[in-house]
Amino acid sequence: MTDDLVLAVDGLQISIATDDGVARVLDHVDLRIPRGRIVGVVGESGCGKSTLVRAILGILPQAARLDRGRILLAGEDLLRLSQRELTRRIRGKEISFVPQDPYLALNPVFTVGTQLLEIMRWHAGAGDDGDRGRRAHRARLVELLRAVQIPDPETVLDRYPHQFSGGQRQRLLIAGALACRPRLVIADEPTSALDVTTQLQILRLLRDLATRFGVSMLFVTHDFGVVAQLCDEVMVMYAGQSVEAGRTVEILDRPRHPYTQLLIACHPDRARDLTGIPGMVASPLAPPPGCRFHPRCPSVRALCAAARPATVVETTGHEVSCVLYHGPAGHV
Amino acid sequence: MSDRVILEVDRLETQLGGERHLLGRARPPVRAVAGVSLALRENEILGIVGESGCGKSTLGRTILGIQRETSGTIRLDGRTVSSLAPREARHARRDIQYLHQDAAAALDPWWSIGRSLEEALVITGVGPRAERESRIDRMLTAVGLEPALKRRYPHELSGGQLRRVTLARVLVLAPRIVILDEPTSGLDLSVQATVLGLIRELRTEFRLTYLFISHDLSVVRQMCDRVAIMYFGRIVELADTRCLFEAPAHPYTRMLLEAAPRLVAGQDLDAIAIHGEPPSPTAVPSGCAFRTRCSFAVVRCAEALPALEPVIAGREVACHRWREIGATVVAPPSLA
Amino acid sequence: MLVLKKFARDTSGMVGLAIVLLTAVVALLSPHLAPHPLDAYESHPAERLQEPSRAFPLGTDNLGRDVLSRLILGARAALTIAVLVVAGAMVIGVPLGLVAGYHHGWVPEIIMRVTDVFLAVPQLILALALAQLLGPSLKNAMLALTLTYWPFFTRIVFAEARRLRVSVFVEALEGLNAGGLRVMFLHILPNAAPPIIVRATIGMGFTILSAAALGFLGMGATPPDPEWGLAISEARQYLPEAWWFATFPGIAIFLVVFGFNLLGDGLRDVVDPRLRRSR
Repeated sequence: MTDDLVLAVDGLQISIATDDGVARVLDHVDLRIPRGRIVGVVGESGCGKSTLVRAILGILPQAARLDRGRILLAGEDLLRLSQRELTRRIRGKEISFVPQDPYLALNPVFTVGTQLLEIMRWHAGAGDDGDRGRRAHRARLVELLRAVQIPDPETVLDRYPHQFSGGQRQRLLIAGALACRPRLVIADEPTSALDVTTQLQILRLLRDLATRFGVSMLFVTHDFGVVAQLCDEVMVMYAGQSVEAGRTVEILDRPRHPYTQLLIACHPDRARDLTGIPGMVASPLAPPPGCRFHPRCPSVRALCAAARPATVVETTGHEVSCVLYHGPAGHV
Repeated sequence: MSDRVILEVDRLETQLGGERHLLGRARPPVRAVAGVSLALRENEILGIVGESGCGKSTLGRTILGIQRETSGTIRLDGRTVSSLAPREARHARRDIQYLHQDAAAALDPWWSIGRSLEEALVITGVGPRAERESRIDRMLTAVGLEPALKRRYPHELSGGQLRRVTLARVLVLAPRIVILDEPTSGLDLSVQATVLGLIRELRTEFRLTYLFISHDLSVVRQMCDRVAIMYFGRIVELADTRCLFEAPAHPYTRMLLEAAPRLVAGQDLDAIAIHGEPPSPTAVPSGCAFRTRCSFAVVRCAEALPALEPVIAGREVACHRWREIGATVVAPPSLA
Repeated sequence: MLVLKKFARDTSGMVGLAIVLLTAVVALLSPHLAPHPLDAYESHPAERLQEPSRAFPLGTDNLGRDVLSRLILGARAALTIAVLVVAGAMVIGVPLGLVAGYHHGWVPEIIMRVTDVFLAVPQLILALALAQLLGPSLKNAMLALTLTYWPFFTRIVFAEARRLRVSVFVEALEGLNAGGLRVMFLHILPNAAPPIIVRATIGMGFTILSAAALGFLGMGATPPDPEWGLAISEARQYLPEAWWFATFPGIAIFLVVFGFNLLGDGLRDVVDPRLRRSR
């Protein structure tokens, strides 16, 4: 299983220079996305999931600096590629992106067709341009629109974004993301602006498409409920560190890391009383040493502040980064 | 929770749009609230659940008084407080206060927290400076904030803190009823838990009654005593929370409960029956508005609008076929 | 303060600020700075049209007056006109914009149509008309400029007020039963301030230019006022031999207007409530 990875993030460490100092936004993030699977990344605000997504897409801000780590797309380190390469080969083609807000992601002054076709034309080879190429692209696009269950796909291309509802716009964006047959689709909270029923339809669609097109998915969210519905595996982040990763079923049934446990316990479906997690997330400008959760952790030990706990990988592949699990049971 | 009804809403209707401007065309009118009747009991938390466009926010604003109702009555403690212009309405209903969905946006960015809080009291005409100060300090402490926070500005506070500040602003006016509009939206899960806990505490401490508007069914299940489900400006089901979640009667309620994200892995998404999208608000279907998406729709549903009928005491459904459909257990057993 | 720190990073804004401050200082201290202060009104025909020299660094004009001194003295006139006109335009325009933006119905319609009418009138034409009616003078020129400038403020404030009217915090204030005056002046106005301030700053430059134009046409300042535009008007006929006479007032106008524009642009970025910090 571990060998057939579409994306592997290894010990990623990124800092960003700000007016108030250097923000160590990501401090050792690991992520593994096996081929054909939907992996969720869950975390609260300040955990760095947006930065992680930007790092994978290669759109980090100017002030960002890569301190350490690799992002391997089928073995190739994306962080070593130039912007030109990323634009030509990777973004939109190998890795595509479904953004959060469908109301803002489409340009209101162009037709849907113009915008979606542009993606395809940009990544098409030199021979694919011209009339024949355009017709082929159009045909493929219509196929995709059918696949995302948009009614009347032929007429859709000539309509404008405002003529579609939020759920429909999200489907359009998903079609655009699949246009160039990517290996990996990154979806950044694509359903948070949608109603519950529409959300379910979109999640169902994503799952179907993943199976049908053999596409792997990275699904970033703060909603554990959605993770439970859609994702096969999930990685939990806290303040720039990955703390736990494994199959969704495992994490929900037996969360190992204290943060994961507390977080799940906060969910209204599980909460007995309403206390939340004491304390506040530390700012990336002055992060706690070692495990960044230790100031708020009910099981804190002296070792926790010494260094970031090494990741323990259990036999099932489940990973935890916590000193509580260091010992003969798992191998470090 | 007592049985005393403190707020009664009778066949409330609010139409939006449709005003004629001097030199322009009017937008087509929309019946955002299309006949809602409610009885809010003292000290209860009544949830209003629905998706976007169902009219729950408009209902909240109409009950508050900043949106004028088109028809229907509102009675506060038996006194009729409807048919008033917005400013008079707010005065007559000053026992009702409102918590906005976006806490950060609800505060003037140029005013410090303290000044914003004080302004609420100044407008209401509360006592000398000292009296206002002490009330503000007391309320800030009650919501778990340091009184020293008064000097800060909204952009310096976190989402959770802003939520508490807006709660404090509502509390300094000593309301009896608070309309909470999606109080947990935009909050992290851990912060959400703390805020909800706070809301519960405040209910006990200050004997408040809440109208809890939300689309998050998990939260509603945890917090509310009774729940009203809205669709297209009407209440389609009203019941005690437990009854609603364990045995939903209305097809829309069932659809919502099945679609809602739950903390259980391995759900079979395909087994859930969700059809179509809500129709456009300017072209509401005849009869029951939900019939275009309902698996149980029959001819009758297009002809006649189903009224809210009592099922048993305290439980109402607006569906022609609720008896035949029967109730099934939908939600998984989670809360012990 | 954070505001100054942020502003200090904007080079062009700082340049603009420097120019404006310099002009203000010169205007304030003009009688003391001018080497020949009495040249505001005295004439020395014997020294007319002399080239720039040690005694007269910018030369003399057609009546033998020191160009530099008259330039310095003219700064006071320029700034006074600018401040009075812009202040007057704001006093008229801003409240009208607030009222129009806040209310619905026929009140804003009437206000905005009237604004449109005034906007349609070119400044100079109105000034000329007033000069015909009331006689040419600096006061009438200022009146004309004020009457043609206030609509710009109304338009901006109207747009901002309309936008802020439906913002969440205004709705929250309505929930608290805040009155219209309070909402308009204590809440909408501060939030609408950034574009007003920028417009006011640029407007000052614009006014100086317009006043100079009026002076040039003889519809504004009258001789022997040391006003820059008037100076250029008088200097026309002596070009190109006595180039210094027309050139230096021209440069002065250019620099000051430029300075105000740079300052206005710099302020645009800086007037942001997020820079307010608790002390």
